[in-house]
Amino acid sequence: MMKLVVRRLVLSVFILLAVSILVFAATLLLPGDPARAILGQQATPERVAALSSQLNLDQPAVVRYFLWLGGLFMGDFGTSTSFGGPVSELLGDRISASLVLMVLAAIVSIPLGLGFGIWSALHRGGKRDKSVTWVSLTLAALPEFVIGIALVTIFATSVVQILPAVTMAPPGTPVWTIPSQLILPTITLALVVAPYIARMMRATMIDVLDSGYVEMARLKGVPERQVILRHAVPHAIGPVAQVIAIQLAWLAGGVVVVEFLFRYPGIGQALIDAVTFRDVQVVQAVSMIVAVVYVVVNLLADIVGIMANPKLRSAA
Amino acid sequence: MTTAPAPAETELSTVLRIDDLRVSAVGGAEILHGISLELYRGRILGLVGESGSGKTTAGLACLGHYRDGLVHTGGDIEIFPRDADPFTLSSLTPDGRRLLRGHRIAYIPQAPALSLNPAIRVGEQIREVLDVHGFGESPQERAARVAEALEDVGLPSSAEYQRRWPHQLSGGQQQRIGIAMAFAMFPDVLVLDEPTTGLDVSTQAHVLDTIRDMTRKHDVASLYITHDLAVVAELADRVAVMLRGDVVEEGPAAEVLARPQHEYTSRLLAAVPDLPGRKDLSLATGSISQVQEALAEVSADKTGETGAAADASVVASAATESSTGLGASDSTAGAAGQDGFLLDVKDLGMRYGSNTVLNGIDMTLQPGESLMLLGESGSGKTTLSRCIAGLIDGYTGSVRLRGEELAPSTRKRSLAHRQEVQYVFQSPFSSLNPRRTIGESLTVPLEMSRRLPRSEHRATVEDALDAVRLGRSFYDRRPGDLSGGERQRAAIARALVNAPSVLVCDEITSALDVSVQASIVGLLGTLRVERGLSILFVTHNITLARHVSDHIAVLNKGVIVDRGTVDEVLENPTHAYTKALLEDIPQL
Repeated sequence: MMKLVVRRLVLSVFILLAVSILVFAATLLLPGDPARAILGQQATPERVAALSSQLNLDQPAVVRYFLWLGGLFMGDFGTSTSFGGPVSELLGDRISASLVLMVLAAIVSIPLGLGFGIWSALHRGGKRDKSVTWVSLTLAALPEFVIGIALVTIFATSVVQILPAVTMAPPGTPVWTIPSQLILPTITLALVVAPYIARMMRATMIDVLDSGYVEMARLKGVPERQVILRHAVPHAIGPVAQVIAIQLAWLAGGVVVVEFLFRYPGIGQALIDAVTFRDVQVVQAVSMIVAVVYVVVNLLADIVGIMANPKLRSAA
Repeated sequence: MTTAPAPAETELSTVLRIDDLRVSAVGGAEILHGISLELYRGRILGLVGESGSGKTTAGLACLGHYRDGLVHTGGDIEIFPRDADPFTLSSLTPDGRRLLRGHRIAYIPQAPALSLNPAIRVGEQIREVLDVHGFGESPQERAARVAEALEDVGLPSSAEYQRRWPHQLSGGQQQRIGIAMAFAMFPDVLVLDEPTTGLDVSTQAHVLDTIRDMTRKHDVASLYITHDLAVVAELADRVAVMLRGDVVEEGPAAEVLARPQHEYTSRLLAAVPDLPGRKDLSLATGSISQVQEALAEVSADKTGETGAAADASVVASAATESSTGLGASDSTAGAAGQDGFLLDVKDLGMRYGSNTVLNGIDMTLQPGESLMLLGESGSGKTTLSRCIAGLIDGYTGSVRLRGEELAPSTRKRSLAHRQEVQYVFQSPFSSLNPRRTIGESLTVPLEMSRRLPRSEHRATVEDALDAVRLGRSFYDRRPGDLSGGERQRAAIARALVNAPSVLVCDEITSALDVSVQASIVGLLGTLRVERGLSILFVTHNITLARHVSDHIAVLNKGVIVDRGTVDEVLENPTHAYTKALLEDIPQL
């Protein structure tokens, strides 16, 4: 089993290296000159040239890539051209804010999705199954900003005003100091993610419920509750873990829209600002962070998949 | 029509009585038309019938279990336990029925690999039955019972063995875990649903021994459901024959099998291949389908075997058919290489990693010859047939067709080579695309080969459908509407459209009922004569040998251990493995 995990880990490192090349190449294509962006339109050509050489912009792209990559390994994400300071300083708070949002969304959506999926599969073809299907398909069809705006309309403005519509915390204070401002963004993300998990869980549960070992468990006289929890669910979890992973990884990118909507000071906001101000270093850093989240979450899903399957577990 | 239970012999004590049981599909046709059976203590009742006869439905009804879409509509089942008052299943609450299952009535399923939970350790799965039904006084007592149950079926009872996962056991061991599980609570009644299907003959022999011993030792009344009459002959004390939801005959095994009263029973017996090869299977199939047709008219039910029924009429015109479109092959199919062999396999070897699957295989096939490649699961027989067909590459050694070397993979073979060697897969249920009509599926190979102009495709496909006795009316039908036998015929027709000279048949009858198997075997014989086809018949079923082949090669652990004409090998087996194989075959 360790062998499998290590193999996945090594693969992840290569994936991240490939992503770094792509990210770097893509940002090369962004229009604009970072040195000029920092100094403004009035700067003299000499000052632009001086800053360019200070930022290594006069070096060939390959050299700049390795300088940047080396920096990443040492935690140096470069210098923000719009903010002026190191990127890591700019992003530190924002990463933790975004992580809080993602983890909360995961905590809410995973049990919700799994629960509804199982419930739906158990009542296959019945009214309860159909209503879960309708609700989840409708939610899945709605873009996250529509869900967010609808929630804001209901809970923060016209219907009942019990929750803040936007993030209230002043810049510099952690977002969790005012917990109520986390509720709407969390629910929005959870409502976007949970339907996919529920759909997938329903599909795999139905397969598992039709299997010989579930019928055998019933014919052994095992109580229904134990049939579901002990014989069926562990098998359904494996494939669903992959879907959950993709959904969680999507959250890392999906937070961009939701953070913008709720003025939430996370990496999504940072990315939007950075793109607006041509802040190449920040764009690169945020892209790499999102890639790392994708890889780590998928790695976790693979490990869950291995754990749920004794055949793979005992293979190594 | 149900026969009354045979007059009870005095020493028989009834444990379970099925009385006029009726089961229907939800809002649809009746599946069981009022069957009555009795199970006696310490005796095994063999319940035989072909797929769709309702035998599994009847077996599961004994546990008060009806699969999704089925509903109990009449009759009842009465149980007479050793140590309690008799009661009927319908008088129980759902929870009462649940407590019955695995306790008084145990079930042993068909496919052990699918019925053991792959994520629970085997000891734990036996233990679960004891926990659920509250066996004994203490956890220690239950643990002791688990060990005892394992030893009873001849498995190790060590903690290490109990901690294994199902996939770490062989098929026979898995099935014995199933048996241990069933006997754990000392049940009164045992329902066995084809427990040896899919096992090798030697493994089957061991499992049957275990079942027989356990039934006697624990004085259990057993219902043994199977389609395999030879197994019934070995194991059962009494036999009941089912046909489309009715019990048509019931009585002591020796009597029913020796002097069948009902016509269907005699047809069924006639379709079972015998090792001496004295039976003419093709006769059996014709009449079986006639019986079925007659019954179909009575019950106005959809019959699955119309294709087989058409045999008699089509055979007459068969001779003329082969001179059309496909007939072009006749001139080439007969020709052989300079050495006289059509197919010549030399020193073929295949390994997956460090695991040698095939080693030094030499094999030849003459024009028009039928060679049986006999082997048990894991012997490498499918790998070998796939190497020959070019479905697996990376083998060593050579495969020659008429003296010309075949490339190791179909991708590298020439169009002509690919057409010459055609492959028919084991399961007709998965080898035909369910979304395409039969005609569309059969046209694909013609499109690939570009052998004929597009305008002739339809006629060629229709000829092939005629050749397999399906008839051209099947052109626009989809696999979902066809029975297993009809699907397998369609699959054979697909292999025929490109007029091959070698047909590789990989276990093509093992997913089919005996009567359908007999009709397919008959069809292959006809095709050989009509088209001069050479056939490589890959199977685990040695009793078919005399019905399909002239020559036989016995494959064991990737090596051919015995070979020769069928008579030589069956009468004077040289290798110990072949001898053991011949000893383990259940015979009627």
